[in-house]
Amino acid sequence: MARPGRRLLLADAVSTCPPGRHGEARAEVLALDGVDVWLSGRKVLSEVSFAIRAGEFTGVIGSNGAGKTTMFRVVLGLEAASSGQVLLDGESASHRSRRSIGYVPQKVVLEPDLPLRARDLVGLGLDAHKLGVPWPSRARRDAVDEMLAGVGATSLADARVGTLSGGELQRVLIAHALMSGPRLLILDEPLANLDIRSGQEIVELLAGLAHGHNVAVLMAAHDINPLLEVMDRVVYLAGGRAASGTVGEVVRPDVLSRLYGHPVSVLDVEGRILVIAGSNIQAVGTLEDDLGEHRH
Amino acid sequence: MRALFEPGFFASTPVRTALVVGAIVALASGVIGVLTVIRSQSFSGHALGDVGTVGGSAAFLANVSPLWGFLGIAVLASGTMELFGVERRRGRDVATGVVLGAALGLSALLLYFDTTSTSTSGAAVTILFGSLFTVSSDLLPALAGLGGGVLGAVLVMYRPLLLSSVSSELAAANGLPVRFLGVAFLVMTGIGVSLSALAVGTILSTALLIGPAAAALRLTRRPGRAMLAAGASGLAATWLGILLAYDSFYWPPARKGWPVSFFVVALVLVFYVGSGSLSSARSRRARGTT
Ligand SMILES: Nc1ncnc2c1ncn2[C@@H]1O[C@H](COP(=O)(O)OP(=O)(O)OP(=O)(O)O)[C@@H](O)[C@H]1O
Ligand SMILES: [Mg+2]
Repeated sequence: MARPGRRLLLADAVSTCPPGRHGEARAEVLALDGVDVWLSGRKVLSEVSFAIRAGEFTGVIGSNGAGKTTMFRVVLGLEAASSGQVLLDGESASHRSRRSIGYVPQKVVLEPDLPLRARDLVGLGLDAHKLGVPWPSRARRDAVDEMLAGVGATSLADARVGTLSGGELQRVLIAHALMSGPRLLILDEPLANLDIRSGQEIVELLAGLAHGHNVAVLMAAHDINPLLEVMDRVVYLAGGRAASGTVGEVVRPDVLSRLYGHPVSVLDVEGRILVIAGSNIQAVGTLEDDLGEHRH
Repeated sequence: MRALFEPGFFASTPVRTALVVGAIVALASGVIGVLTVIRSQSFSGHALGDVGTVGGSAAFLANVSPLWGFLGIAVLASGTMELFGVERRRGRDVATGVVLGAALGLSALLLYFDTTSTSTSGAAVTILFGSLFTVSSDLLPALAGLGGGVLGAVLVMYRPLLLSSVSSELAAANGLPVRFLGVAFLVMTGIGVSLSALAVGTILSTALLIGPAAAALRLTRRPGRAMLAAGASGLAATWLGILLAYDSFYWPPARKGWPVSFFVVALVLVFYVGSGSLSSARSRRARGTT
């Protein structure tokens, strides 16, 4: 077995991505079709449909409780949809096909004294489902090193995972998720708790994976702005429903007002998008408040 | 050397049996203990040890080895704890507490029957505090099978168990059967704790399960090494404990030997404290050089 990390992550991208044909011709890696989800007698998602393709960076935008995590759990098969279906590579998702999804959960709590180094966690991304003890092999070690280098975490390799900072852990978790060579990488709010710079670095890393290595990246965030430059597609969640398309198609007053079920305005303030309640965009007070909120 | 190894140490059958039993128990406990600490399930482990008292005292009444009582009750209790919901941390603690309370109440009654039926306090002491020297050599095959079974199961499921112990979210995302692994691990803990209850008694069984593991986790950042270190230090504690207990035969006040469980648990504590000084000395050195 020669260098699994490199083979799966880097080489595939080149062969399945013919130059000059960007976008349309690519296969749908993930599609949701009319997915409804009920949790504890409440309808959390209703009629959610969208599709994403290889090499696309898709942002899933929604405020707290909008259903981002729930949607991901349905894709992963950890929660059942009451109707509708999830398609992976055009076929109904199965336990086996779901194994090829890379996932970075929203909350991963790791105690500082865990006897596990970053490289051990990344290694488990390759073969956690295998039985038996992992024998140290050159190939495995190289694959882990290469992956850590790829996410810029070489210097963290021997640190205990529980002692990593938020941004460092995020990189290691991304490396863990990428080890199996997934064609679909799902990240649940990876930018939460990160400062602006680490956030940007993570976004650039993910954009590189999507555009450079043909991975379909699906990433949740509550703020759309850090993703504007790199996003190919947006899935906007509100009130349990979803609208998807390019940013220009979705982030518009008419589409979002329909989604929210009440009038909203979309403001462009020096390149930053603000979505605020109400259709009266002359409300300067609201605008100021909103700006204050977004600037932290 | 002569003074340390009293004449006849290796010639005595109870000593030889004790050494073998101690080794099996220490290795199984070390491996299970590391995972128990990683999963923050020390309380469940402790409870499984304590509930063993019910089984042990019942087994005594039925005139079979307490081992079978420990095992039966530990497997039953782990199943019950799972039914009550072990996967959520709070649910797990509550479930554990409920099962533990009920079992200890019952043990009080059974131990009372034990002591009245034999009119000595020997049963209670053996069950609660154990004695490696009283383990019958007839049990050796069963013990080896159980200990080997637990070790084998951990080795086979090493990676899935490790990841699900570190983070159930990550394990679920990797498509691992988190719930099955949780139950399987609880049953393995039950077996491990029963073995150590046989060696050092139900009350002290957690000391052998958690102590060496906790010491090992301070010294290494690798899970496999932590298991090896925990097994090795548990082994050192039991063997040295047996040796000291054998020597203590000539010690005051009674000239009939101090309890081996005392030595084992005391040595576990010494190793734990020692590992603390070792790791802080090490980090001081690391800070000094960089
Ligand atoms: N197990 C559950 N039982 C009942 N309701 C649930 C359950 N899990 C989630 N919900 C509800 O479903 C809704 C969507 O939750 P979800 O976690 O998917 O939101 P989210 O978009 O990920 O939010 P956040 O940004 O805060 O992470 C919330 O209103 C939540 O209360
Ligand atoms: Mg969420």
